[in-house]
Amino acid sequence: MTQALSSLPVTDPQDRHVDWAARLRRKPRPVETVVQGLLFLCGAISILTTLGILLVLGNESLAFFTDPEVNVFEFFTGTHWQPQTGDFGVWPLVNATLMTSAIAMVVAMPLGIFAAIYLSEYAAPRAKAILKPTLEILAGIPTVVFGFFALTFITPLLRSIFGEDTVQIYNNASAGLVMGLMIVPLIASMSEDALSAVPRTLREGAYGLGATKLETTVQVVLPAALSGLVAAFIIGVSRAVGETMIVAIAAGATSQLTFNPFEAAETITGHIARISGGDLSYGSLDYTSLFALALTLFVITLGLNLVSRWLVNRFREQYD
Amino acid sequence: MSNTPTLQKTIMTDSTRLKPLTTNAGTASEPSETAIAANHINIFYGAFKAIADVSMAVEARKITAIIGPSGCGKSTMLRAFNRMNDFVPTARVEGEILLHGQNLYAPGVDPVEVRRRVGMVFQKPNPFPKSIYDNIAWAARLNGYRGDMDKLVEESLRAAALWDEVKDKLKQSGLSLSGGQQQRLCIARTIAIRPEIILMDEPCSALDPIATIKIEELMQELKQRYTIIIVTHNMQQAARVSDRTAMMMLTEDGKRSGTLIEFDDTNVIFTRPKDKRTEDYVSGRFG
Repeated sequence: MTQALSSLPVTDPQDRHVDWAARLRRKPRPVETVVQGLLFLCGAISILTTLGILLVLGNESLAFFTDPEVNVFEFFTGTHWQPQTGDFGVWPLVNATLMTSAIAMVVAMPLGIFAAIYLSEYAAPRAKAILKPTLEILAGIPTVVFGFFALTFITPLLRSIFGEDTVQIYNNASAGLVMGLMIVPLIASMSEDALSAVPRTLREGAYGLGATKLETTVQVVLPAALSGLVAAFIIGVSRAVGETMIVAIAAGATSQLTFNPFEAAETITGHIARISGGDLSYGSLDYTSLFALALTLFVITLGLNLVSRWLVNRFREQYD
Repeated sequence: MSNTPTLQKTIMTDSTRLKPLTTNAGTASEPSETAIAANHINIFYGAFKAIADVSMAVEARKITAIIGPSGCGKSTMLRAFNRMNDFVPTARVEGEILLHGQNLYAPGVDPVEVRRRVGMVFQKPNPFPKSIYDNIAWAARLNGYRGDMDKLVEESLRAAALWDEVKDKLKQSGLSLSGGQQQRLCIARTIAIRPEIILMDEPCSALDPIATIKIEELMQELKQRYTIIIVTHNMQQAARVSDRTAMMMLTEDGKRSGTLIEFDDTNVIFTRPKDKRTEDYVSGRFG
């Protein structure tokens, strides 16, 4: 033991030949600096992209709103969107966007959270091994496929249930329902992460007091995971509001202000996709109106984000 | 394995592990009554045998400490008393835990009801992210308490020696308290469900010495009414607080299962243990 130790090389503290000042001096480490710079750049790119998009949106929207043919007040209060006749009231599009998103969230939130509760609290390892990859496959299906699923399966189904006179071929209900199914994996996966992050000790505390599994899950685990669940909700809503392909295919191409989900009504994204696909001259009112719509969309998601962040901070139950 | 022996028979016949429950030389104690008893308990995690043949009768209204080196199955054994091992998917328990003559592992026994009779306090304080008041009220309501909740909360907090420190902030989160206060809140919460037995799994290991002393003093109060089983890796603590001490250790048969090697009055374990391994452990020669 002592022999092994004594054979190890050591610096003799008494060695006069060592230049301690030089040895302790800070050395240049170029790799460290370069890597740090690269990492910063990667982070900065997302910020720069956001800023760039905002700049373009703001710039073109400004051109739209300052156009003499456009009345800003009418844009935010008007109930007709007919660019051909110079009607630029945003409400029909916003209404359809909110309606399809609301339908989607009514489907996605319970399904997603219940699936997450099952996965995190109840599922046996084998059930989990089957269910999780299946959910991931669902998440990987292109939205254009979902769009046709809505148009060729859900819409006929709705029409056979509620009658062909009630349900139009293009309608918000079908698009919303399928959009909800599309969002389920997202909600489920984020909610499961939130539930799994609740410390095991908290569950044990509840069980140790004679709580049943349901009581523990609903009254201890869910409240403790609330901030994560709200985050899942926000991401889900943002996804629904921004989803384009499904609504473009299944929700219809008529902009009309209706609260009947069985009627066709074009959403903001659906409209942008349709118009930008046609002939569009640069700088025209049709062209700049799309940027104003995109900005509106951005403001909606940003607003949702801010509100829910405030909600989370207010009601969060911290457990650490 | 004996075929379903009665509790009494176990205590009398299994004299290699269990001493007769009569007064021990040097301690003045009244004839004791058994609150809960383990009877040839084996616990497996998958194929691994974590606990090998542990039998012990825990006396009512006494503090029983389970000591032993790390990894010898103290916590696993403790968790057998209220079926907390049920949550480990691979865990399997053989043998009996007897409470009022009923085997807690018999088919048809409701583990939820078991945990209401046998409460548990954990190593890390784990108050719920609810108010101090609701931490206690929630536990009581679970168990069907419909009486005067304010009164129960106050009584439970007083019993846990926490009332004076929190009476003006009952609506604050239980997590706003210090570690020692949180642990006493967890004890208050456990008391509120009116258990007979309180299991404590290293309740002071996350606490500073002053908070530890408070919990230890509290345990002395609590044993007037409750039976306490405490797992501790702190031998001084076992010596200070417990009436009876169970010494566990790994078997030397190559399987490395935890087993009970000696169970006696605490002063016997610490002053004149019968087993050499106990003597080595309590005198600090290993472990």
